[in-house]
Amino acid sequence: MRNKRFLALLICGLLLLPPSGLAATDGFRSVYTYTYDFWNEVQESPDAYRVDQVLYSSALGLTKPMRNPQSLFVQGQELYVVDTGNNRIIQIHRDGSTFTAVREITEVKGAEPADFAAPSDVFVAENGDMYIADTNHNRVIHTDADMNVIQLFVKPDDSTFDQSLNFLPNKIVADTSGRLYVLATNVNKGLVKYEADGTFTGYIGANPVKYTLWDYVWKEFFTTKEQRAQQASFVPTEYANVYMDHEGFIYCTNIVFSEYDLLSDTAKPIRRINSIGSDILIKNGWEPPIGDLQWVEQSQDYGPSKFRDITVFDNDIYVAFDRTHGRVFGYDPQGSLLWAFGTKGNNEGAFLGAISIEHMGNDLFCLDENENSITVFTPTAYGQLIYQASDEYLRGDYDASADTWRKVLELNANYPLAFVGIGRALMRQEDFGGAMKYFEMAHDRENYGRAYRYYRKIMVEDSIGWMVAVIAALLIVPLIVRKIRSMKEEVEASEFRKNHA
Amino acid sequence: MSSVKITPKKRSYGETLRYALYVIFHPFDGFWDLVHEKRGSLAAAHTFLFLFLLTRVLKLMYTNFQFISAPLQYINIYEQCGSLLFPFLVLCVANWALSTLFDGKGHLRDIYMAMCYALVPYILIQLPLIFISHIISFDEASYYTVLMSFSLVWCLFLAFVGLMEVHDYGPGKTIIFLFATVFGALVILFLILVFFSLLSDAVGYFVSLYREVLFRLY
Repeated sequence: MRNKRFLALLICGLLLLPPSGLAATDGFRSVYTYTYDFWNEVQESPDAYRVDQVLYSSALGLTKPMRNPQSLFVQGQELYVVDTGNNRIIQIHRDGSTFTAVREITEVKGAEPADFAAPSDVFVAENGDMYIADTNHNRVIHTDADMNVIQLFVKPDDSTFDQSLNFLPNKIVADTSGRLYVLATNVNKGLVKYEADGTFTGYIGANPVKYTLWDYVWKEFFTTKEQRAQQASFVPTEYANVYMDHEGFIYCTNIVFSEYDLLSDTAKPIRRINSIGSDILIKNGWEPPIGDLQWVEQSQDYGPSKFRDITVFDNDIYVAFDRTHGRVFGYDPQGSLLWAFGTKGNNEGAFLGAISIEHMGNDLFCLDENENSITVFTPTAYGQLIYQASDEYLRGDYDASADTWRKVLELNANYPLAFVGIGRALMRQEDFGGAMKYFEMAHDRENYGRAYRYYRKIMVEDSIGWMVAVIAALLIVPLIVRKIRSMKEEVEASEFRKNHA
Repeated sequence: MSSVKITPKKRSYGETLRYALYVIFHPFDGFWDLVHEKRGSLAAAHTFLFLFLLTRVLKLMYTNFQFISAPLQYINIYEQCGSLLFPFLVLCVANWALSTLFDGKGHLRDIYMAMCYALVPYILIQLPLIFISHIISFDEASYYTVLMSFSLVWCLFLAFVGLMEVHDYGPGKTIIFLFATVFGALVILFLILVFFSLLSDAVGYFVSLYREVLFRLY
């Protein structure tokens, strides 16, 4: 009796305790990670990434704190931070989850001036060669690992480049043969392209000019010459950032577009340009990769996602960093949204000045220029499973891929990509009926149609005998009936004649 | 002139239903006889309108998702039907109101009947299309869209011919009246809005009067 009362009291006491075990331990009680469903509505999702740590200047052991850093770059286990406000580049070595600043680069050897003026980007090749966009010195410096200058890239001495403009390299990428692509401020003809020896060889991937018939009519007939002179001419816009993927294709992000262009997908905030400069990004998702599909009305940050940087994994999954809402969007190679997370603010996992993103393996580094901090995200078990499943599919291990997708579904039953993944694996195993079921759940019309065609073929082949028999019966039975009837009539008529003869 | 008046014989409901098949294939003859020879019936017209609404709902609900993905969780059947029925009736009324002023021969009953008979191809094509959508795959979607557009074009053509025959207009005048009808429907909508806003004001006035009286009495 006494025991029972004690037990009851204990249970009551436990109920009074705050449900600490149930609450998310990372402090995010609202939707942090989400995806969009077929109806473009937000679906909560388990966290694909969680904050591992936030790197501040003090923790990194920097004597001079970072000021207005603009860019990140990862090569191997080294993370490079372009500390624009302090005219330096910080090299951070990663060892597991410890990060230590190993080098502060403030000058080069063998060029005048030797220091930097507001550098805005760095690119490090696999052999350790560095390319530094030294913006206010109007040059891009190519050095070896010990900062000995190999080549300077300066303002193109070419009639296509407006000589009255300053050459302000903003973002740079270089390919394996040392060709350099520079995104320069005030240059709207595309990326400035240099050969490895520093010669300018033209532009690539200009943002196409938008020019409608109405624009033309308005300008031509309804404006005076003075008005026309005041209006901005039709010029293409500049990109916001560039990234070179492992295949040598350049990913660009564009943040200058009108909201309505997103509807018709002419804004193309993310592009993948090939060597002749056309956009070859695959868009097989329900919506093109444009970031947020729903904007919160009457919020301070109402508006489209503006991708300030993009990074591409070796399996072609790309991750874009949105400044408007401080969010990170991951897309698979087909252009479907894998997950989106992040928010605006100054707590962990939130950003105020989203400016640059990089990846090391599957981990993400997000640079915030206002907070002067780098947030390190590591994938959760859920995030790892998604990567594992797509890698297994790419490898051709369809059975394993389907099993992994099933594990993903256990964690998130609202994940259409998992249904598609299982469906594709079933299709490879020639279980078309099963594949159709999964494709239907994912609203994947193309794949469903493909599976259905096989399914239908098999169905028809299996039952062709029956079908022919039924059709034949339908045609022949009336004939026979008619024949019999006419014979009967003849017999009756002859009998009638016989009887009345 | 002999003044022999031929009274058309009374036709059964089944006959008037079956007559729709003649109308859709021979619209010029069909619509003339429909109204002037009384070969159609209001009951059949109601049936076609009902079937049209039913087809529409069934189409949204049961077409294979490869072709139509209606957000079923948000769809309200009454709203769907109302959004078709209301404009249909308003357009009929607007057409009647305008054509009466410009020596159109049709009564409201005739116009309504002709319009309902013009919906028959929609029912005849779209109802089987629901079944067909489960047989064809996404790559063959063009068959589906062609048939669907064909049914709509056919309906529009029938509506056009129907109005022409009912009012005894020429084609040019009918086209003008089609546009006028749309305009008339807008005017009707505007009047309805004004009426209801005034009505709510009037009701509000009496409600507040009643409250005031109650307040004074207690």
